[in-house]
Amino acid sequence: MASYSARRRNSSIVMGLCLAATGIGIAWLFLILFSLLVNGIPGLTFAVFTEMTPPPGEHGGGLLNAIFGSVLMTVIGVGIGAPIGILAGTYLAEYGRHSKITPVIRFINDILLSAPSIIIGLFVYGAVVVPMRSFSAVAGSIALAVIVIPVVVRTTEDMLLLVPNTLREAASALGLPRSFVIRRVAYRAARAGLITGVLLAVARVGGETAPLLFTVLSNQFWSVNLVKPMANLPVTINNFINNPDANWKQLAWTGALLITVAVLSLNITARFFGASKDGR
Amino acid sequence: MHEKISVKNLKFFYGANLALKGINIPLYANKVTAFIGPSGCGKSTLLRVLNRMYDLYPGQHAEGEVSFDGRNILNPGEDLNLLRARIGMVFQKPTPFPMTIYDNIAFGLKLYENLSKSELDGRVEDSLKRAALWTEVKDKLGASGLSLSGGQQQRLCIARTVAIKPEVILFDEPCSALDPISTAKIEELIDELKTEYTIAIVTHNMQQAARVSEYTAFMYLGELVEFDETSKIFTSPTDPRTQDYITGRFG
Repeated sequence: MASYSARRRNSSIVMGLCLAATGIGIAWLFLILFSLLVNGIPGLTFAVFTEMTPPPGEHGGGLLNAIFGSVLMTVIGVGIGAPIGILAGTYLAEYGRHSKITPVIRFINDILLSAPSIIIGLFVYGAVVVPMRSFSAVAGSIALAVIVIPVVVRTTEDMLLLVPNTLREAASALGLPRSFVIRRVAYRAARAGLITGVLLAVARVGGETAPLLFTVLSNQFWSVNLVKPMANLPVTINNFINNPDANWKQLAWTGALLITVAVLSLNITARFFGASKDGR
Repeated sequence: MHEKISVKNLKFFYGANLALKGINIPLYANKVTAFIGPSGCGKSTLLRVLNRMYDLYPGQHAEGEVSFDGRNILNPGEDLNLLRARIGMVFQKPTPFPMTIYDNIAFGLKLYENLSKSELDGRVEDSLKRAALWTEVKDKLGASGLSLSGGQQQRLCIARTVAIKPEVILFDEPCSALDPISTAKIEELIDELKTEYTIAIVTHNMQQAARVSEYTAFMYLGELVEFDETSKIFTSPTDPRTQDYITGRFG
């Protein structure tokens, strides 16, 4: 029998390895955040939020058109994707729970969930950009919606499955119709989780670059035209960071910092919602 | 005596599994009928047939006849929502909805009746009074139903059921998750409710059956072994299995 001290030694070795692994994981996150802060903060001026992206070789300028484009396309993308995702998730968890096709749909949804976003960009390029003969904000929003849908389907289904059946039975026992039971009781009970799912989807698409490259491209100028290319943060960062122009590089770092802060705070908000139980 | 519900040769299946083997029993109007028997004997299953709760799940079906005021509710065309509004049910575990105390009660009501705000307020108050909960919650109707204690939650569920004015109330072990004081309150309540409603109660607690009911049914392995007046069942049962069960020799 291994002696007590030997077991203690093994325990502390394994514990040490686990701590080291955790430390390495966290270290990368902090290194990334650190370099973003160091490189991004110097460019963080008021002008970033008020001026358009500058032409190459000029000083100053900002990211206003790119920030606006990102926010607009995210809102439209989530606006299209979240309702579809919630309805589909509701079907899987409520109406179709015992149906034979439900596991098949769930499987396909999981494939879509892990599909590389560049593939989704290419798909929307072929399905929307080519027939429209133009890169456009609409195409970008659709690409983002396609990414949002599986995320929301998954979280909606998971959250609704967590709602105890006793609650559905209790509502049914009052003679409430099925749709009422779902909308007024099950959604209510799962509300925190449903909101978390949508917020996580927003955070997921907020930083997506690949699907936008093939669909909206980018735009040097202010544009609110949904059928024309539109500036957006990820593609602007992608274009600016690879350019020798120092001003562009600085704006790219600042843009990256902005996206990271936005995504991080969305994630934290989502956690907060997820943690507040039973949606009082 | 008026038979509010008459169950005739009722068979119930979970898939291919026969859970009720031809049950015949009346539920008399304005009386409390208790169902006792060991776990798995089919008493809860029987209760869930009476409001067709089993319909929520595929693979479960009933055969035979359950006549409610003369109409067979097992008919495929039966409007289940209407049926469940007339035959209410209170469950083993308190199940308040995740909303305010007021809304827990008002929300079902609003669906069935077009009430003004003051009428609605009146009905909520009335239901809470009938469930002996009003004095405890009248100052916090806007608080979450989940903030109440277990016994209060169960009375809230009773208030919610009473609010839509059913004719029959089914209690499925309503006190098994409650402490003795809350249990006593619920039993008192059942005693008051029977003046207006026909009541069926499933319980594992034989003293409870003896205290609250006029009629008792003893079930065993999916069969109704004996049905009679409660005093008769607990003093001189005719079937030896009933005798063994109430004296604690098995089950």
